[in-house]
Amino acid sequence: MSEFDAPRFRIGKPETRYDKQGEASDAERAAAALRAFMRDMTRSSAAYLESCIHCGHCAEACHFYVTSGDAQHTPIWKLEPFKQAYQREAGPFAWLYRTFNLKKRVTAGELREWQELLYDSCTMCGRCTLACPMGIDIAGLVAQARHGMFAAGLVPHELWAAADRAEREGSPLGATPRVLKDRIAWLEDEHDVKIALDRAEADVLVTLSSIELMKYPASLVALARILNRMSVSWTFRSDGYEATNFGLFSGNLDWQRDMSLRVIHAAIACKAKTLVLPECGHAYGAMRWQGANMLGKPLPFRVLHISEFLAEAVREARLKLKPMQGSVTFHDPCQVSRRGGATGAPREVLAALGADLREMAPAGDANWCCGGGGGVVTLHRADTHRYRAFEIKMKQVEATGAERLATSCSNCRLTFDDGQAHHGWDRKMESLLELVAAQLA
Amino acid sequence: MELLEFARGPALVFSAAVCAFGLAWRLYGILRRPLRTDLSAPRRSDTVAGGLRAILAKMLPPKGVKVRGVAMANAYAWHIGLALVVFAFAPHIAFIARHTGIGWPALPDPVTYVATAVAIVGLLIALLTRLTDPVLRLLSNFDDYFSWLVTMAPLATGMALLPMPAQPLWLAVHLLSLELLLVWLPFGKLAHAALVFVSRYRTGADFTRKGAAL
Repeated sequence: MSEFDAPRFRIGKPETRYDKQGEASDAERAAAALRAFMRDMTRSSAAYLESCIHCGHCAEACHFYVTSGDAQHTPIWKLEPFKQAYQREAGPFAWLYRTFNLKKRVTAGELREWQELLYDSCTMCGRCTLACPMGIDIAGLVAQARHGMFAAGLVPHELWAAADRAEREGSPLGATPRVLKDRIAWLEDEHDVKIALDRAEADVLVTLSSIELMKYPASLVALARILNRMSVSWTFRSDGYEATNFGLFSGNLDWQRDMSLRVIHAAIACKAKTLVLPECGHAYGAMRWQGANMLGKPLPFRVLHISEFLAEAVREARLKLKPMQGSVTFHDPCQVSRRGGATGAPREVLAALGADLREMAPAGDANWCCGGGGGVVTLHRADTHRYRAFEIKMKQVEATGAERLATSCSNCRLTFDDGQAHHGWDRKMESLLELVAAQLA
Repeated sequence: MELLEFARGPALVFSAAVCAFGLAWRLYGILRRPLRTDLSAPRRSDTVAGGLRAILAKMLPPKGVKVRGVAMANAYAWHIGLALVVFAFAPHIAFIARHTGIGWPALPDPVTYVATAVAIVGLLIALLTRLTDPVLRLLSNFDDYFSWLVTMAPLATGMALLPMPAQPLWLAVHLLSLELLLVWLPFGKLAHAALVFVSRYRTGADFTRKGAAL
């Protein structure tokens, strides 16, 4: 079995773990984290950090808590050092907390202890946000707390390695521009399809997740077939193709900006009117909702997830599809559906395919996460509880009785493949994009 | 000065002032933080309506997400019970009318007695849950227990007033317990009575902009 065919294709398991970076002293790490925490104490964060009533409802919404029963996995508890820093340094009664030492200074030891809670035990899926009666966006706060962890040099080994590699090489999985060109040439040859690369101008700039390029290359073939059939002016660009953003996962805002700007500048360079994001959940959140903020001004092009692009195409009758056979259930990528606002798009596409859609319970906005988002699937030490959390998905899928399952996130697909192999589960996750390509009329 | 006079006079003014200024300071503490402008292209523009919608929608249990059913039912019960005791019991309405000039019809006394019982039993169940549930025990701190105490105190001292005519000493104690609640309210979790509007509005507005689930 080649590396690409293995159910788990990702950062290798480190022989020795280095879950801290640099040689800074504990005091320096704590101070750096605090500075980063303070930068994120915005009006929204303050409103949230003031409002928790310790009701514990968020616990029941978290796949990690529900399957571990460990109170430490309660979503809001994962933010304790962030809350502590806020109350002591930035809240309206900070002077009282400091004067009487009612909240202690956040220490590096505490941050080390919280590393597993902020990274391994949270996919930032945002189900807890739905459950919170106060409306606290816990998932958003976890992303901010990770900024402090990165500043402290306390990022889990694999996630730091992937982020560092993505920053240096342009891809967390070694999909460098050279690899991109080679694989596109190979795919064109192997599948007899034209894959546009580095066109000077195009209406649509398409991007990819390196998981697709390295493990699910049929997705790229499917994308090319659909776009060619639609006679769209499109291209990949070797100066901006990687839509995944490990800067975001790991908590490094500068790297997140670098990774977003590569794609943004490539889109501007080829005068794209539309930027299409691949089947990847967090890539959507990173670019659709944070891309303009990284650039510092509104983006001069539209940003669509591939499922939105396809939905628009079938709605406007620019894409004709043959009906597919059999029943299917759809797994919603959290960052596209619940947190991205595009829950309806894949369902429009499935309706255009004439699919017998058997929804999971719950599905759509309240869908359970696959357990691999937020960078969790890269972390080997998180395997045990990720596999346990995955059992929720297996039960959900089985209860639908659907013959096929599909999603529009390659990271979810990877998590399903790995979970399937681990549990010896007799199901195979498919790509919505590939389902569409197989039914071109 | 008699204790009742003190409770009705300076103590009431002081506690009301601490409550009002404390809450205002706490809200200002949020508003003075920098607002990050979101430059992304909005999916929807009705963000104000979305914020207000979230304030109302979050009063109901979330759709599709299982929560702690018994605890939530209990929370509804004692919040409603407490609201009825405070705002629908004839002597309380008279008290509010005396200080604000605003009054409204009361519910029959037996109804408010039942509401009081529901609030007290509900609060006891809430405390028991907090002491025994591993998640709540982990999350809880001084604020949770002290806030419980100052919420329960006016209910308990109010019960002591029921054999009419009310004893001035008990009336003073009842008023002082309310004043303790007012003094504590801005500093701890009881401030959620005001903060709930801020945090829900924030999520409602931000998520509506994205078309994301509330």
